Amino acid sequence: MTDLSHLKADFPVLANGVHFLDSGASSQKPIPVLEAMDRFARTSYANVHRGAYKLSVASTDAYEAARARVAGFIGAADPREVVFTRGTTTALNTVAFGWGLEHLGPGDRILSTEIEHHANLVPWQMVAKRTGASLDHVPMGDDFRLDLVAYEEKLGPDVKIVAVTGMSNVLGIMPPIRLISDLAHRHGARVVVDAAQLVPHTSVDVEALGADFIAFSSHKMLGPTGIGVLWGRMAALEETEPFEGGGEMISDVTLHDATWAEIPHRFEAGTPPIIEAVGLHAAIDYLESIGMDQVLAHDLELTGIALDRLSDVPGIHIQGPTNLEDRGGVLSMSMDGVHAHDLATILDEGGVAVRSGHHCAKPLMRRLGVAATARASFYVYNTEEDIDALVGGLRQAGELFGVGS
Amino acid sequence: MSLEDLYREVILDHYRNPRNKGHLENPDVKAEGVNPLCGDELSIELNFEDDRVSAVAIDGQGCSISQSSASMMTEAIKGKSRSEIETLTQRFRDMMSLDGETEIELDPDRPGAVLGDLESLQGVRKYPVRIKCASLGWNVLLEALGETG
Repeated sequence: MTDLSHLKADFPVLANGVHFLDSGASSQKPIPVLEAMDRFARTSYANVHRGAYKLSVASTDAYEAARARVAGFIGAADPREVVFTRGTTTALNTVAFGWGLEHLGPGDRILSTEIEHHANLVPWQMVAKRTGASLDHVPMGDDFRLDLVAYEEKLGPDVKIVAVTGMSNVLGIMPPIRLISDLAHRHGARVVVDAAQLVPHTSVDVEALGADFIAFSSHKMLGPTGIGVLWGRMAALEETEPFEGGGEMISDVTLHDATWAEIPHRFEAGTPPIIEAVGLHAAIDYLESIGMDQVLAHDLELTGIALDRLSDVPGIHIQGPTNLEDRGGVLSMSMDGVHAHDLATILDEGGVAVRSGHHCAKPLMRRLGVAATARASFYVYNTEEDIDALVGGLRQAGELFGVGS
Repeated sequence: MSLEDLYREVILDHYRNPRNKGHLENPDVKAEGVNPLCGDELSIELNFEDDRVSAVAIDGQGCSISQSSASMMTEAIKGKSRSEIETLTQRFRDMMSLDGETEIELDPDRPGAVLGDLESLQGVRKYPVRIKCASLGWNVLLEALGETG
């Protein structure tokens, strides 16, 4: 048993006893992250890359140190490959608009999947409409995993980019990104991975992963909101145009023209999230002090216990695989005769916080044949007691609604 | 306040056995709505005779609160005139926006203002995020009425 129960005390929000099972939406923040941001704001804060004064230099150093920390955390060859964005959504839009508008046209195909979060679907719909490229999707098989045979069949010289999740926020599955990337590269396509659920929960090495871009958010990995990361292979970033213009991202500006700053700064228009970068740095330190392999092992241990305990709750269906292979700690559930929102309200009465609804993945919900699910997602601060409360609440919901009677 | 106050038996009954579910052959007016936050869906179709609702049908999917509220609504508006429906809608909205502590007293003699089973939805006030569920059917009803108005 990976006992991480001592960590719970580091998370002030959890002190009131809430069984917080919605880390897939956003995670709680430990004291070291809160303190690092507070200390930095009190002692070293100024705008970055602008001032000639000492405070601005200190602030710039902290911001760039966070970039280097992220690079090390994901195994990036060069810190310049790490672009700070507002979050995963902005990072994916940067690829869709910054790369897509440059490289897509009529006759080209964008290949996404039917299990994506809207953040990796809607930007591509927008770019497809603007460029005349078509949009195609890899289907999900009956085992809740991407149909890789169909994927291979759909690949071709007209596919210019493959947009795929690294870990489904609904099903919990982790598609084989290395394989997907290698196949895509054989056809000359770029690969962008929505890694919002992947990076917070498992050890990621971008070189081993093999994709060209990955996007993730600080707030799902114990860090603050307002900052995320677009990592791009240098060659892929060089093919990408800035998606936003403004201060900080230029080299020279005349009234009619501008040249871009070096990578990554050309993708960071305006004042960046500086205090948040310091918070993300501290969050990575915190996660690495646990060890990312331990984090995943812990998530999966809880997932295994939950799957086992849920198997005899009347009327419960798991919308996702019921084994622990190639997955993370996300469990979507439906209950016969009880809508997900009612489940969430009843669970909330017992102090259990779960997400209910379509999880920003409406096409996947249609594919699963459900309107909504209740989702429990696990992280470092969760314990078996949280699962007890979850299972107890689900049984209560079943009784209240007369499930199985 | 307990869960039994929210999920009263009459609510669960309407949820399991929605009244007037389906579609009309030739509706005079119709509308459909979705709650984009949670994905609940509801459509409504109405026929009128002498300005009074002669037939109503709903269809949709969603939580017990949204679907039971719509089901009860169909029973409450049958035979009512447009102005009576407006009064009723206002009544319902008042009930939902009241402070959760206040028990409302309804005047059963006030024409067109009897909520009937709908009073069972009072408990929803204690769960502010669920008020939008209870209101879905009514919003769609107003849209349908506005179509001809």
